[in-house]
Amino acid sequence: MKVTVDQDACTGSGQCVLVCPDVFDQREEDGIVVLLRDSPEPGLREGVGEAARLCPARAITLSGS
Amino acid sequence: MTDALPDPVTFPMPRAAACPFDPAPELTRRSEESPVSRVRLWDGTTPWLVTRYDDVRAVLADPRVSVDVSQPGFPHTNAVSKARDARMKTLMQMDAPEHTAHRRLLTADFTIRKMEALRPRIQRIVDDLIDDLLAGPNPADLVEAVALPVPSLVICELLGVPYADRAFFQRVAGELVMDEGDPARALAAAEELNAYLEALVQAKSDKPGEDILSRLAVEQYRTGAMTLNDISTMGQLLLVAGHDTTANMIALGTAALLAHPGRLAAVRDGDPALVADAVEELLRYLSITHTEARRVAREDLEVGGTVIRAGEGIVVVKSTANRDPSAFPNPGVLDVRRKARHHVAFGYGVHQCLGQSLARVELQVVYGTLYRRVPTLAAAVPLEELEFKQQAVFYGVRELPVTW
Repeated sequence: MKVTVDQDACTGSGQCVLVCPDVFDQREEDGIVVLLRDSPEPGLREGVGEAARLCPARAITLSGS
Repeated sequence: MTDALPDPVTFPMPRAAACPFDPAPELTRRSEESPVSRVRLWDGTTPWLVTRYDDVRAVLADPRVSVDVSQPGFPHTNAVSKARDARMKTLMQMDAPEHTAHRRLLTADFTIRKMEALRPRIQRIVDDLIDDLLAGPNPADLVEAVALPVPSLVICELLGVPYADRAFFQRVAGELVMDEGDPARALAAAEELNAYLEALVQAKSDKPGEDILSRLAVEQYRTGAMTLNDISTMGQLLLVAGHDTTANMIALGTAALLAHPGRLAAVRDGDPALVADAVEELLRYLSITHTEARRVAREDLEVGGTVIRAGEGIVVVKSTANRDPSAFPNPGVLDVRRKARHHVAFGYGVHQCLGQSLARVELQVVYGTLYRRVPTLAAAVPLEELEFKQQAVFYGVRELPVTW
Protein backbone atom coordinates (compact mmCIF):
# COMPACT_ATOMS: atom_id res chain seq x y z
CA MET A 1 0.00 0.00 0.00
CA LYS A 2 1.24 3.43 -0.98
CA VAL A 3 -0.08 6.58 0.73
CA THR A 4 0.01 10.08 -0.68
CA VAL A 5 -1.29 13.29 0.87
CA ASP A 6 -2.34 16.54 -0.78
CA GLN A 7 -1.07 19.34 1.47
CA ASP A 8 -2.79 22.00 -0.63
CA ALA A 9 -6.18 20.34 -0.13
CA CYS A 10 -5.63 19.59 3.59
CA THR A 11 -7.87 21.58 5.88
CA GLY A 12 -6.07 20.75 9.13
CA SER A 13 -8.96 18.96 10.82
CA GLY A 14 -6.54 16.46 12.38
CA GLN A 15 -8.77 13.43 11.88
CA CYS A 16 -5.93 11.39 10.34
CA VAL A 17 -3.62 12.11 13.28
CA LEU A 18 -6.34 11.08 15.68
CA VAL A 19 -6.96 7.66 14.10
CA CYS A 20 -3.47 6.85 12.74
CA PRO A 21 -0.71 8.82 14.51
CA ASP A 22 1.98 6.39 13.31
CA VAL A 23 1.48 7.47 9.72
CA PHE A 24 0.18 11.04 9.89
CA ASP A 25 1.22 14.15 11.79
CA GLN A 26 0.45 17.88 11.62
CA ARG A 27 2.98 20.61 10.80
CA GLU A 28 3.72 22.73 13.85
CA GLU A 29 3.36 26.03 11.96
CA ASP A 30 -0.02 25.52 10.30
CA GLY A 31 -1.53 22.16 11.28
CA ILE A 32 -1.29 20.80 7.74
CA VAL A 33 -0.79 17.06 7.26
CA VAL A 34 2.68 15.50 7.24
CA LEU A 35 3.17 11.94 6.03
CA LEU A 36 5.47 10.04 8.38
CA ARG A 37 5.71 6.94 6.20
CA ASP A 38 4.37 6.43 2.70
CA SER A 39 4.43 2.60 2.71
CA PRO A 40 2.85 1.64 6.04
CA GLU A 41 3.21 -1.89 7.42
CA PRO A 42 0.20 -4.22 7.14
CA GLY A 43 -0.72 -3.61 10.78
CA LEU A 44 -1.34 0.08 10.07
CA ARG A 45 -3.43 -0.35 6.95
CA GLU A 46 -6.75 -0.41 8.72
CA GLY A 47 -5.99 2.90 10.42
CA VAL A 48 -4.74 4.43 7.18
CA GLY A 49 -7.92 3.35 5.41
CA GLU A 50 -10.05 4.90 8.14
CA ALA A 51 -8.04 8.12 7.97
CA ALA A 52 -8.62 8.30 4.21
CA ARG A 53 -12.37 7.72 4.63
CA LEU A 54 -12.65 10.31 7.41
CA CYS A 55 -10.56 13.04 5.78
CA PRO A 56 -13.02 15.90 5.14
CA ALA A 57 -10.85 17.36 2.39
CA ARG A 58 -10.31 13.99 0.70
CA ALA A 59 -6.60 14.75 0.82
CA ILE A 60 -5.39 11.18 1.46
CA THR A 61 -5.01 8.77 -1.46
CA LEU A 62 -4.23 5.07 -1.17
CA SER A 63 -2.88 2.99 -4.01
CA GLY A 64 -1.63 -0.56 -4.49
CA SER A 65 -2.57 -3.51 -2.32
CA MET B 1 -41.49 38.62 18.84
CA THR B 2 -43.34 35.38 19.47
CA ASP B 3 -42.60 32.28 21.46
CA ALA B 4 -44.76 30.08 19.21
CA LEU B 5 -42.95 27.16 17.65
CA PRO B 6 -42.22 27.34 13.94
CA ASP B 7 -44.59 25.30 11.84
CA PRO B 8 -43.59 21.67 11.36
CA VAL B 9 -42.86 21.74 7.62
CA THR B 10 -40.95 25.02 7.25
CA PHE B 11 -37.21 24.57 7.78
CA PRO B 12 -35.78 24.61 10.42
CA MET B 13 -38.50 22.48 11.97
CA PRO B 14 -38.89 21.87 15.71
CA ARG B 15 -37.98 18.51 17.22
CA ALA B 16 -40.84 16.51 18.78
CA ALA B 17 -41.48 17.09 22.49
CA ALA B 18 -41.83 13.34 23.01
CA CYS B 19 -38.47 12.60 21.30
CA PRO B 20 -36.32 15.64 22.08
CA PHE B 21 -33.06 13.90 21.16
CA ASP B 22 -34.19 12.86 17.67
CA PRO B 23 -34.12 14.95 14.48
CA ALA B 24 -37.31 16.85 13.62
CA PRO B 25 -39.97 14.29 12.57
CA GLU B 26 -40.46 16.03 9.21
CA LEU B 27 -36.74 15.68 8.41
CA THR B 28 -36.78 12.01 9.36
CA ARG B 29 -39.85 11.45 7.17
CA ARG B 30 -38.12 13.15 4.23
CA SER B 31 -34.97 11.08 4.66
CA GLU B 32 -37.05 7.91 4.49
CA GLU B 33 -39.42 8.92 1.67
CA SER B 34 -37.68 11.45 -0.56
CA PRO B 35 -34.00 11.90 0.29
CA VAL B 36 -33.55 14.86 -2.09
CA SER B 37 -36.59 17.12 -2.17
CA ARG B 38 -37.68 20.75 -2.00
CA VAL B 39 -38.27 22.39 1.36
CA ARG B 40 -39.96 25.67 2.24
CA LEU B 41 -38.17 28.42 4.14
CA TRP B 42 -39.48 31.41 6.13
CA ASP B 43 -39.30 33.70 3.07
CA GLY B 44 -41.24 31.36 0.80
CA THR B 45 -38.19 30.15 -1.11
CA THR B 46 -37.85 26.41 -1.74
CA PRO B 47 -34.24 25.23 -1.77
CA TRP B 48 -33.25 21.57 -1.95
CA LEU B 49 -33.13 19.43 1.16
CA VAL B 50 -30.48 16.68 1.15
CA THR B 51 -30.92 14.14 3.93
CA ARG B 52 -28.90 10.94 3.40
CA TYR B 53 -25.38 10.24 4.63
CA ASP B 54 -23.65 9.62 1.27
CA ASP B 55 -25.40 12.57 -0.39
CA VAL B 56 -24.64 14.88 2.54
CA ARG B 57 -20.93 14.01 2.43
CA ALA B 58 -20.87 14.33 -1.37
CA VAL B 59 -22.45 17.80 -1.33
CA LEU B 60 -20.29 19.12 1.52
CA ALA B 61 -17.09 17.96 -0.23
CA ASP B 62 -18.09 19.17 -3.72
CA PRO B 63 -16.09 22.17 -5.00
CA ARG B 64 -19.08 23.13 -7.21
CA VAL B 65 -20.97 23.91 -4.02
CA SER B 66 -20.44 27.29 -2.35
CA VAL B 67 -21.01 29.02 1.01
CA ASP B 68 -21.37 32.42 -0.69
CA VAL B 69 -24.21 33.97 1.29
CA SER B 70 -24.52 36.87 -1.16
CA GLN B 71 -25.87 34.54 -3.87
CA PRO B 72 -29.62 35.15 -4.26
CA GLY B 73 -30.35 31.43 -3.94
CA PHE B 74 -28.47 30.97 -0.67
CA PRO B 75 -30.86 29.51 1.94
CA HIS B 76 -30.96 31.80 4.99
CA THR B 77 -32.89 30.36 7.93
CA ASN B 78 -34.67 33.62 8.78
CA ALA B 79 -34.38 37.40 8.66
CA VAL B 80 -31.79 37.41 11.44
CA SER B 81 -29.51 34.92 9.70
CA LYS B 82 -29.85 36.88 6.44
CA ALA B 83 -28.98 40.20 8.11
CA ARG B 84 -26.10 38.63 10.05
CA ASP B 85 -24.67 36.98 6.94
CA ALA B 86 -24.83 40.25 5.00
CA ARG B 87 -22.92 42.03 7.73
CA MET B 88 -20.26 39.64 8.93
CA LYS B 89 -18.09 37.51 6.68
CA THR B 90 -16.31 34.82 8.67
CA LEU B 91 -14.45 31.71 7.55
CA MET B 92 -17.79 29.97 7.31
CA GLN B 93 -18.90 32.32 4.54
CA MET B 94 -15.71 32.11 2.44
CA ASP B 95 -14.97 29.76 -0.46
CA ALA B 96 -11.49 28.65 -1.54
CA PRO B 97 -8.96 30.16 -2.05
CA GLU B 98 -9.94 32.95 0.40
CA HIS B 99 -11.17 30.35 2.88
CA THR B 100 -7.95 28.34 2.68
CA ALA B 101 -5.79 31.38 3.40
CA HIS B 102 -7.90 32.48 6.39
CA ARG B 103 -8.35 29.03 7.86
CA ARG B 104 -4.62 28.39 7.75
CA LEU B 105 -4.08 31.39 10.01
CA LEU B 106 -5.82 29.39 12.74
CA THR B 107 -5.20 25.70 12.09
CA ALA B 108 -1.91 25.70 14.01
CA ASP B 109 -3.79 26.76 17.15
CA PHE B 110 -6.12 23.73 17.09
CA THR B 111 -3.84 20.80 16.24
CA ILE B 112 -4.28 17.48 18.01
CA ARG B 113 -0.96 18.02 19.81
CA LYS B 114 -1.93 21.47 21.12
CA MET B 115 -5.34 20.28 22.25
CA GLU B 116 -3.90 17.23 24.00
CA ALA B 117 -1.44 19.52 25.78
CA LEU B 118 -4.46 21.43 27.11
CA ARG B 119 -6.04 18.30 28.60
CA PRO B 120 -4.54 18.70 32.12
CA ARG B 121 -5.65 22.33 32.23
CA ILE B 122 -9.18 21.39 31.11
CA GLN B 123 -9.23 18.59 33.70
CA ARG B 124 -8.35 21.13 36.39
CA ILE B 125 -11.09 23.49 35.24
CA VAL B 126 -13.66 20.68 35.28
CA ASP B 127 -12.52 19.42 38.70
CA ASP B 128 -12.76 22.92 40.18
CA LEU B 129 -16.25 23.46 38.76
CA ILE B 130 -17.42 20.11 40.14
CA ASP B 131 -15.95 21.05 43.55
CA ASP B 132 -18.02 24.23 43.42
CA LEU B 133 -21.11 22.34 42.29
CA LEU B 134 -20.86 19.87 45.16
CA ALA B 135 -20.26 22.66 47.68
CA GLY B 136 -23.25 24.66 46.45
CA PRO B 137 -27.02 24.27 46.68
CA ASN B 138 -28.62 20.97 45.66
CA PRO B 139 -30.39 20.82 43.20
CA ALA B 140 -28.46 23.01 40.79
CA ASP B 141 -28.57 23.98 37.12
CA LEU B 142 -25.86 22.00 35.30
CA VAL B 143 -25.84 24.49 32.39
CA GLU B 144 -24.86 27.33 34.70
CA ALA B 145 -22.57 25.25 36.93
CA VAL B 146 -20.59 23.20 34.40
CA ALA B 147 -21.80 23.11 30.79
CA LEU B 148 -21.33 26.81 30.01
CA PRO B 149 -18.28 27.67 32.17
CA VAL B 150 -16.05 24.83 30.90
CA PRO B 151 -15.92 25.86 27.22
CA SER B 152 -16.18 29.58 28.09
CA LEU B 153 -13.13 29.43 30.35
CA VAL B 154 -11.15 27.40 27.84
CA ILE B 155 -11.90 29.56 24.79
CA CYS B 156 -11.23 32.72 26.82
CA GLU B 157 -7.80 31.42 27.80
CA LEU B 158 -7.01 30.38 24.24
CA LEU B 159 -8.14 33.67 22.70
CA GLY B 160 -6.90 35.89 25.50
CA VAL B 161 -10.34 37.27 26.37
CA PRO B 162 -10.68 38.18 30.09
CA TYR B 163 -13.08 35.65 31.67
CA ALA B 164 -14.24 38.45 33.98
CA ASP B 165 -16.05 39.84 30.93
CA ARG B 166 -18.05 36.63 30.47
CA ALA B 167 -21.40 38.11 31.49
CA PHE B 168 -21.02 40.57 28.63
CA PHE B 169 -19.92 38.22 25.89
CA GLN B 170 -22.19 35.36 26.92
CA ARG B 171 -25.12 37.75 26.62
CA VAL B 172 -24.15 39.14 23.22
CA ALA B 173 -23.13 35.72 21.94
CA GLY B 174 -26.51 34.40 23.07
CA GLU B 175 -28.25 37.17 21.14
CA LEU B 176 -26.10 36.43 18.09
CA VAL B 177 -27.02 32.76 17.91
CA MET B 178 -30.70 33.22 18.67
CA ASP B 179 -32.15 32.32 15.34
CA GLU B 180 -35.35 34.24 15.86
CA GLY B 181 -36.73 37.63 16.58
CA ASP B 182 -35.43 41.01 15.67
CA PRO B 183 -32.54 41.35 13.20
CA ALA B 184 -31.75 44.79 14.63
CA ARG B 185 -31.13 43.28 18.06
CA ALA B 186 -28.79 40.59 16.69
CA LEU B 187 -26.89 43.17 14.67
CA ALA B 188 -26.61 45.46 17.68
CA ALA B 189 -25.16 42.52 19.62
CA ALA B 190 -22.70 41.84 16.82
CA GLU B 191 -21.70 45.50 16.83
CA GLU B 192 -21.15 45.49 20.61
CA LEU B 193 -19.04 42.35 20.46
CA ASN B 194 -17.09 43.73 17.51
CA ALA B 195 -16.26 46.97 19.29
CA TYR B 196 -15.18 45.02 22.38
CA LEU B 197 -12.91 42.70 20.40
CA GLU B 198 -11.40 45.48 18.28
CA ALA B 199 -10.39 47.32 21.44
CA LEU B 200 -9.01 44.10 22.86
CA VAL B 201 -6.94 43.35 19.74
CA GLN B 202 -5.56 46.90 19.80
CA ALA B 203 -4.56 46.38 23.44
CA LYS B 204 -2.94 43.05 22.54
CA SER B 205 -0.98 44.72 19.76
CA ASP B 206 0.36 47.25 22.26
CA LYS B 207 1.09 44.61 24.89
CA PRO B 208 0.91 41.07 23.51
CA GLY B 209 0.36 37.98 25.65
CA GLU B 210 0.51 34.25 24.93
CA ASP B 211 -2.81 33.86 23.17
CA ILE B 212 -4.41 33.67 19.72
CA LEU B 213 -5.60 37.28 19.56
CA SER B 214 -2.10 38.48 20.55
CA ARG B 215 -0.53 36.35 17.85
CA LEU B 216 -2.95 37.67 15.23
CA ALA B 217 -2.41 41.24 16.47
CA VAL B 218 1.35 40.91 16.11
CA GLU B 219 1.55 38.84 12.93
CA GLN B 220 -1.44 40.20 11.01
CA TYR B 221 -2.49 43.60 12.38
CA ARG B 222 0.94 45.14 12.96
CA THR B 223 2.09 44.03 9.51
CA GLY B 224 -0.98 45.49 7.86
CA ALA B 225 -2.12 42.09 6.54
CA MET B 226 -5.40 42.29 8.48
CA THR B 227 -7.45 45.12 9.95
CA LEU B 228 -8.72 45.24 13.52
CA ASN B 229 -12.13 44.43 12.12
CA ASP B 230 -10.85 41.35 10.26
CA ILE B 231 -9.32 39.97 13.46
CA SER B 232 -12.35 40.92 15.53
CA THR B 233 -14.58 39.02 13.10
CA MET B 234 -12.37 35.96 13.43
CA GLY B 235 -12.47 36.35 17.21
CA GLN B 236 -16.27 36.54 17.20
CA LEU B 237 -16.50 33.29 15.29
CA LEU B 238 -14.08 31.52 17.65
CA LEU B 239 -15.71 32.92 20.76
CA VAL B 240 -19.27 32.04 19.76
CA ALA B 241 -18.50 28.73 18.05
CA GLY B 242 -16.08 27.86 20.83
CA HIS B 243 -18.47 27.92 23.72
CA ASP B 244 -22.09 27.67 22.66
CA THR B 245 -21.55 24.39 20.79
CA THR B 246 -19.71 22.49 23.52
CA ALA B 247 -21.94 23.94 26.23
CA ASN B 248 -25.00 22.50 24.49
CA MET B 249 -23.29 19.15 23.98
CA ILE B 250 -22.36 18.89 27.67
CA ALA B 251 -25.87 19.65 28.91
CA LEU B 252 -27.87 17.87 26.21
CA GLY B 253 -25.49 14.89 26.30
CA THR B 254 -25.95 14.63 30.06
CA ALA B 255 -29.74 14.92 29.67
CA ALA B 256 -29.64 12.08 27.12
CA LEU B 257 -27.48 9.90 29.39
CA LEU B 258 -29.71 10.61 32.41
CA ALA B 259 -32.62 9.40 30.27
CA HIS B 260 -30.64 6.20 29.50
CA PRO B 261 -29.19 5.18 32.91
CA GLY B 262 -27.56 1.99 31.58
CA ARG B 263 -25.53 4.01 29.10
CA LEU B 264 -24.66 6.57 31.74
CA ALA B 265 -23.34 3.75 33.95
CA ALA B 266 -21.28 2.40 31.04
CA VAL B 267 -19.68 5.81 30.48
CA ARG B 268 -19.12 6.32 34.23
CA ASP B 269 -17.42 2.93 34.60
CA GLY B 270 -15.72 2.87 31.21
CA ASP B 271 -12.07 3.40 30.31
CA PRO B 272 -10.90 6.48 28.36
CA ALA B 273 -11.37 4.66 25.04
CA LEU B 274 -15.03 4.01 25.83
CA VAL B 275 -15.52 7.62 26.93
CA ALA B 276 -14.01 8.75 23.61
CA ASP B 277 -16.40 6.45 21.72
CA ALA B 278 -19.30 7.78 23.78
CA VAL B 279 -18.35 11.36 22.80
CA GLU B 280 -18.51 10.46 19.09
CA GLU B 281 -21.79 8.62 19.58
CA LEU B 282 -23.40 11.53 21.44
CA LEU B 283 -22.19 13.95 18.75
CA ARG B 284 -23.83 11.68 16.15
CA TYR B 285 -27.00 10.94 18.11
CA LEU B 286 -27.71 14.54 19.13
CA SER B 287 -26.47 16.44 16.02
CA ILE B 288 -27.01 19.80 17.69
CA THR B 289 -26.61 22.15 14.70
CA HIS B 290 -30.29 22.97 14.40
CA THR B 291 -29.86 25.16 11.31
CA GLU B 292 -27.84 22.35 9.65
CA ALA B 293 -25.35 23.16 6.83
CA ARG B 294 -26.52 25.47 4.04
CA ARG B 295 -24.98 25.93 0.62
CA VAL B 296 -25.66 27.23 -2.89
CA ALA B 297 -24.78 25.42 -6.14
CA ARG B 298 -22.17 27.24 -8.22
CA GLU B 299 -22.66 24.82 -11.13
CA ASP B 300 -25.21 22.16 -12.02
CA LEU B 301 -24.64 18.95 -10.08
CA GLU B 302 -26.43 15.66 -9.55
CA VAL B 303 -27.25 14.56 -6.01
CA GLY B 304 -28.91 11.21 -5.38
CA GLY B 305 -30.33 11.13 -8.91
CA THR B 306 -31.66 14.71 -8.79
CA VAL B 307 -30.14 17.54 -10.80
CA ILE B 308 -29.51 20.67 -8.75
CA ARG B 309 -29.07 23.74 -10.97
CA ALA B 310 -26.46 26.46 -10.61
CA GLY B 311 -27.77 29.16 -8.29
CA GLU B 312 -30.14 26.91 -6.34
CA GLY B 313 -29.89 26.67 -2.57
CA ILE B 314 -29.22 23.43 -0.68
CA VAL B 315 -30.02 22.62 2.96
CA VAL B 316 -27.65 19.81 3.91
CA VAL B 317 -29.14 17.88 6.83
CA LYS B 318 -26.46 16.48 9.12
CA SER B 319 -28.93 15.29 11.77
CA THR B 320 -30.64 12.80 9.43
CA ALA B 321 -27.33 11.79 7.79
CA ASN B 322 -26.19 10.84 11.28
CA ARG B 323 -29.30 8.62 11.62
CA ASP B 324 -28.89 6.98 8.19
CA PRO B 325 -29.00 3.19 8.65
CA SER B 326 -26.63 2.68 5.71
CA ALA B 327 -23.90 4.40 7.75
CA PHE B 328 -25.04 3.60 11.32
CA PRO B 329 -26.92 0.33 11.95
CA ASN B 330 -29.89 0.82 14.32
CA PRO B 331 -29.33 4.57 14.14
CA GLY B 332 -32.06 5.44 16.63
CA VAL B 333 -30.25 3.57 19.42
CA LEU B 334 -27.85 5.53 21.64
CA ASP B 335 -25.01 2.97 21.77
CA VAL B 336 -22.02 4.41 23.62
CA ARG B 337 -19.84 1.52 22.42
CA ARG B 338 -20.60 2.20 18.76
CA LYS B 339 -17.71 3.25 16.52
CA ALA B 340 -19.32 6.43 15.20
CA ARG B 341 -16.33 8.58 14.35
CA HIS B 342 -17.48 8.90 10.73
CA HIS B 343 -20.47 11.03 11.80
CA VAL B 344 -20.95 14.43 10.19
CA ALA B 345 -21.84 16.36 13.35
CA PHE B 346 -18.75 18.54 12.74
CA GLY B 347 -19.66 18.82 9.06
CA TYR B 348 -17.60 17.52 6.18
CA GLY B 349 -15.51 19.08 3.44
CA VAL B 350 -13.15 22.02 3.88
CA HIS B 351 -15.48 23.76 6.34
CA GLN B 352 -15.47 20.88 8.81
CA CYS B 353 -15.22 22.29 12.34
CA LEU B 354 -11.87 23.91 13.04
CA GLY B 355 -12.24 23.40 16.79
CA GLN B 356 -13.32 19.75 16.72
CA SER B 357 -10.17 18.52 18.49
CA LEU B 358 -10.77 21.01 21.28
CA ALA B 359 -14.43 20.00 21.53
CA ARG B 360 -13.45 16.32 21.73
CA VAL B 361 -11.00 16.90 24.59
CA GLU B 362 -13.50 19.08 26.49
CA LEU B 363 -16.30 16.54 26.10
CA GLN B 364 -14.05 13.59 26.96
CA VAL B 365 -12.91 15.30 30.14
CA VAL B 366 -16.42 16.36 31.21
CA TYR B 367 -18.17 13.04 30.42
CA GLY B 368 -15.20 11.14 31.84
CA THR B 369 -15.19 13.11 35.12
CA LEU B 370 -18.67 14.35 36.02
CA TYR B 371 -20.47 10.99 36.40
CA ARG B 372 -17.51 9.44 38.20
CA ARG B 373 -17.20 12.23 40.72
CA VAL B 374 -20.97 12.58 41.15
CA PRO B 375 -22.16 8.96 40.87
CA THR B 376 -25.60 9.79 42.26
CA LEU B 377 -26.21 12.50 39.66
CA ALA B 378 -29.90 12.51 38.68
CA ALA B 379 -32.37 14.75 36.90
CA ALA B 380 -34.16 17.08 39.31
CA VAL B 381 -37.15 17.49 36.98
CA PRO B 382 -38.75 15.07 34.51
CA LEU B 383 -37.47 15.17 30.94
CA GLU B 384 -40.87 16.47 29.76
CA GLU B 385 -40.40 19.62 31.82
CA LEU B 386 -37.09 20.64 30.25
CA GLU B 387 -37.18 23.58 27.87
CA PHE B 388 -35.40 22.88 24.58
CA LYS B 389 -33.89 25.52 22.28
CA GLN B 390 -36.00 25.05 19.17
CA GLN B 391 -35.05 28.34 17.53
CA ALA B 392 -31.35 28.76 18.14
CA VAL B 393 -28.50 27.88 15.80
CA PHE B 394 -27.51 25.15 18.26
CA TYR B 395 -30.12 22.88 19.82
CA GLY B 396 -29.92 22.14 23.53
CA VAL B 397 -31.55 22.60 26.92
CA ARG B 398 -31.93 26.07 28.46
CA GLU B 399 -31.45 24.69 31.96
CA LEU B 400 -30.67 21.23 33.27
CA PRO B 401 -31.71 21.00 36.95
CA VAL B 402 -29.80 18.14 38.57
CA THR B 403 -29.57 16.65 42.03
CA TRP B 404 -27.14 14.19 43.66
